[in-house]
This record gives sequence, structure tokens and C-alpha cells, in this order.
Amino acid sequence: MKAVRSMVLVSNDPESLARGAQEVYRSFKEEVQSYGLENEISLTMAGEVGRKDIAPMVIVYPEAVVYGPVSREDVHTIVEEHLYKGRVASNLQAPARELTGRIAWLSARKGTLPAEKRIVLERAGLIDPDDIHDYIAHDGYTALGKALTEMTPASVIAEIENSGLRGRGGAGFPTGSKWKFVSKTVSDKKYVICNADESEPGTFKDRLILEGDPHTIVEAMVIAGYAVGADEGYIYVRGEYHLAQRRLAEAIRQARGMGFLGKNIFGSNFNFDIHVHSGAGAYICGEETALIESIEGKRGEPRSRPPYPTTHGLWGKPTAVNNVETLANITAILRHGAGWYRQLGTINSPGTKVYTILGNVNVTGLIEVPMGITLREVIAIYAKGMKDNATFKLAQTGGSSGSIIPASLQDTPMDFDSFGRAGVSLGSGALLVCDENTCVVDLARVLLNFFRVESCGKCNPCRIGNQRAYEILGNIAEGTGTMKDLDDLQKISGFLYQLSNCGLGQTAGTPIRDVLAHFRAEVEAHVRLKVCPTGVCPMSGKRTPVL
Amino acid sequence: MTTVKSLEDLKKLREAALEKRAVKTASGQAQVTVAMGTCGIAAGARETMKAILDTIETENLSGIVVSQTGCIGLCEKEPIVQVVIGEQPKVIYGKVNPEVARRIMKEHVTGGKPVEEYIVTA
Repeated sequence: MKAVRSMVLVSNDPESLARGAQEVYRSFKEEVQSYGLENEISLTMAGEVGRKDIAPMVIVYPEAVVYGPVSREDVHTIVEEHLYKGRVASNLQAPARELTGRIAWLSARKGTLPAEKRIVLERAGLIDPDDIHDYIAHDGYTALGKALTEMTPASVIAEIENSGLRGRGGAGFPTGSKWKFVSKTVSDKKYVICNADESEPGTFKDRLILEGDPHTIVEAMVIAGYAVGADEGYIYVRGEYHLAQRRLAEAIRQARGMGFLGKNIFGSNFNFDIHVHSGAGAYICGEETALIESIEGKRGEPRSRPPYPTTHGLWGKPTAVNNVETLANITAILRHGAGWYRQLGTINSPGTKVYTILGNVNVTGLIEVPMGITLREVIAIYAKGMKDNATFKLAQTGGSSGSIIPASLQDTPMDFDSFGRAGVSLGSGALLVCDENTCVVDLARVLLNFFRVESCGKCNPCRIGNQRAYEILGNIAEGTGTMKDLDDLQKISGFLYQLSNCGLGQTAGTPIRDVLAHFRAEVEAHVRLKVCPTGVCPMSGKRTPVL
Repeated sequence: MTTVKSLEDLKKLREAALEKRAVKTASGQAQVTVAMGTCGIAAGARETMKAILDTIETENLSGIVVSQTGCIGLCEKEPIVQVVIGEQPKVIYGKVNPEVARRIMKEHVTGGKPVEEYIVTA
């Protein structure tokens, strides 16, 4: 939570513990305190960091130097030389030949600090969300004032474009470009929509932002309105988020009272107002065109695209639809500048990302870290390792529509491009971490059940494909699957992606594809050997006919 | 409420808010903040809040500001209560049930001695 300049990780896998990692950790704590560095250095025990032959191992960020094996006596030297004087204690470094395999990823992390950095969550948990004065005391509405009195709409868009901010809803579309499209479309009326439907299972970052800091969304929406030339905004909040809706309504009421919403904001001739629209519990309404239909009072079904909402959105007018987390970045970018924002994260994905960590880990919760952190680091540092020292098997990023990431990809930097190259998607930021006791067939079946229920039924591939895939997976789980079933699954997954009308169907096939790509042997064991390797599936021998 | 018409107005408001806070801090006032996000409320933050307010009323305490805030990201440790007394550093408590809340009010807020076993360290 606090800013630190160095981060020290002490390995605590069983091997390291047996070789005295606890004592090493304690000596570090004492030494760091004796040098008065406790406010500058973060010290953490981290499981699953590396190799057994150099255990216990100590990694110092941001230099990403690996020491090992480290004894209690070495700690003094490392603290004095490295942390106090800033010189790498090279005689204690792990031999270069040991730095291969499982910890080779560390060299790629040189110069980065996987420490928490809060931009989006800067004020959440610090201010009273129902008090606008508290928000103003924390630099609230200064970005809006700056935009309206000192900047033109074009320069606001240019600033956002230069910052490289990409949409945090999952797709990663550049926000500046989106705003530019809307601003360039000629129309008498334009809209700004904040997508706060957040229905991805396991994701709750938007709820936290809305509940903890609602004014930042109000402020960012007015700025977006000014930039694209809109005078009306909607916040589409998930139906279950009662508290978020109440806090937003209160924030809007207070903002109106002080003239941050309404006519002639900041004495300019710019007018803007916001409505809160409650969703009714449909997953599909997180898809932007279905969301627009829902606001219009119609059944929440996605539209055909193109035309995109940037030209034909709400009531046929140009509309900028942005995710909550995306908007929560806007005020900070305008306050500190695009250059500052670019220093965070990676070159093509600047900034931070909020992740919700859940699953078989020791600590679940929310973190905001610079883009480009690896899954291994998240699990080791923030989740404090796997529960009961189990082995990490897979993680699902971004809720149901995200990817299944096997252990072999856990050292891929988590940013839009690196994940894209690895063929997986970052999604909305949920990190469901599963251990070795998770059965991939069971996991896929649960996910397909979700899609089968949530499919809006407008297009055939999604309505029928998900149902069939669910039935096939059911048979595999009962031990009556055939090899042909696997081929059928593969086909359905492809059809879902190629033929579905919207993102729901297009991503519904991902779990099947990922499971067959990374865990085929385990699925085949269900079919050929009639065995569920983890013992999760019922394997009753019942077969339900698949039409 | 005053209407903000320029950056100058906003600056004044901000300074007023900051000054108000500085006065609170300088006077050694205690600020007790309960995290009231959905996760906090689900874990029982409302009961915790009630216990804190009850204690203030029954013990007839003064000079304490009780406020709410959102989730700070440690959902695992909810309900979370943050205590700041005057210029002292902030103390974050986790898993604060009504009973612990009453202890915090008695030992820390009035007694000045933090309840060590419930402190959350980052």
C-alpha cells in the first residue's frame, strides 16, 4: 500500500523453510530496522519463487538480483551493501548457471518493482464517499476545472491519446481513439456511458471504485462529455450493486449542488448531466450494444456491429462507452500529465491494473499494480502463495469470458500485448487461481453452464452451441465421453468464436479451446481411461444423448 | 451549498477542507473510520459501526469523529476500522467485531494504547 523503493522476497517453500528461511526473514527484519530502512523497503515471504538447490533464496527488486543460498550470517552483508549502500553483493549472488528454468523470468523484470501503485484506487478506503468536501480535499474536481478552463476538447483527447490508456473492460481498446471517433462524428446530440454492469464472475473492482470513490467517475464522465461534445451521460450499474447505486446518486446530487453538473460548469458554456440506470441482472447487458438497448428500454440483446456505438449508439446518436476502471484513470492523467502515466506499466500498456485475486490462495482481495507484473509474482507476493502449499495448476483471468492460463504461462507479463502474443486474454482483471485439485473438465463444465444460462438467445451459434458443449462436457464428466466428443467440442469452440454475434458467444468457446490446448491429456484420461485424475468428476457411467 | 464557478473557487474550497482537517489533527481529535463497502457490510461492518456509536453515547465520549469509507482492498480482513488520533500514524484494524470495536474504543481511542492483536500490517 505504501510506496517503497526496494522489495525483498524471501522464499518460503518447504525446502527453504527446512533450510532456515524463517530465521533469514527475521534477521532481515532486524537488520533493515537497525539501518532505519523499514519505511523504504518492503519485506515479504514468497512461496513458489524458484529452485530448490539455491534455497533459501532472496530476491531484491527492482534490480531483480537473486541471492542464494542465503544464511542468517549473509543477511547483514546484503542489507548493508545492497539495501543501504546500493551495491549488489555479488559474492552472495546465486551462480548464473542456476538462474535458468523456473526463475529465468526474473531477468526480464530488471528495473521494475512489482509493488502496489494506486491510481484508480487512490482515494478508495481513504475518503468518505458520501462527502464531496472530502473528495475535493484530495484534489477532486481539479482535473475537470483544468480541462474546462485551460484546455480545448481536442487537447483533452490528445492528452488521453498520448497517455496510451487502454480500455480496462477487457478488450483493451485505446480510450483516446474511441473518444476521437465520437468527437469527429457530427451530430446534434451525443452521449457518454459508463459501463458499470460488471457481471463477470469473480470481478468486483468496479464495485469497489464506485462504492469507495464515486465522485471520480462523475468527474471523469463530465470530462469525457466535454472531450467528445456530449451533454448527457448514463451510468449503467449492475442491478445487484445497491450500495454503489445509492452512493452514485448521492455523489451526483452533491455534484449538482456545487455546480460540477448542470449548466455552465466552471463558468464555461459547457453543460452536462448524469443519470444512473440500474441493470436487471443479465450478464449480456455488460456487452456495450446490449447495454444501450437496455437503457433504451428494450430487451437486452446485442446489436449487429458495425455500425459501432461511436457513430450509432444510444438512440442512434454517437456514444462513448467506457468501463468504470478506464474512467477512474482519467482524472489522474489530466492532473499529472500523459508523460507521468507512461512511466507506469509497459510501453504498449501503460498504467496500472486492478486485479481481484480469488481461489486457492492464502490471501484473497484486491490489488492495483503496474501493467506487466507476472502471475507468479501476484501469487507469490500478494496472494502470499497457494493455500496449504498446494501446486499452482491454472488461473483464469477475467472471469468466465477470460482465458485459462496454465502454469507454464505464469511468467508472461500481464499486459494486453504480451497476453495477446501468448494467445490468452487479460480480461476484466479477475484472477481465479486454482490448485492441483481442480479438474479441468469440471471447470469447463461450470463455465459452459454459466454461458448456457446467460446466452441471450439471439443468435444460433451461442444459444445452441453452449447448450451442446455443456451436454458433451457432462458426458465426459460422467465417464461416457468418446473421442468424437472431443472433436465435436473443438468444432463447437471454433464455431462459437467465428459465428457468434457478440462477445459473449465469441468468448464462450475460450475455456474449451484452452482446456483442450493445455490439458488435453487430462481430458483424454476421462474419455479413454474413464478416470478423473483429480477425483472430482462423478464418473457414474450415465450418458445423456446429445442431439 | 456554494457553487463552484472557477478554478479559484475550487482552490478555496479545497483549502477550506484541508484546513478543517488540519484543525482536527492539531486538536488531537480521534478519527475512527469504518470501511463500509459491500464486503465490509457483508462481514458485519454495520454492527461494528453501531457498537462504536453506542460506546460513544453510553460512555459520553467527545472529540471523536466517526466516518465511513469504501473498501481498501483487504476484503479478507473485513470489517476494517482505521483509527487516527491527532498527528499519530494511522492504525488499521482487521476482523473488528462489535466486541473488538468496544475494546478499540476503550483501550486505543480513549486509553491511547493500540489493541495490538487486531492490527493489520501491509
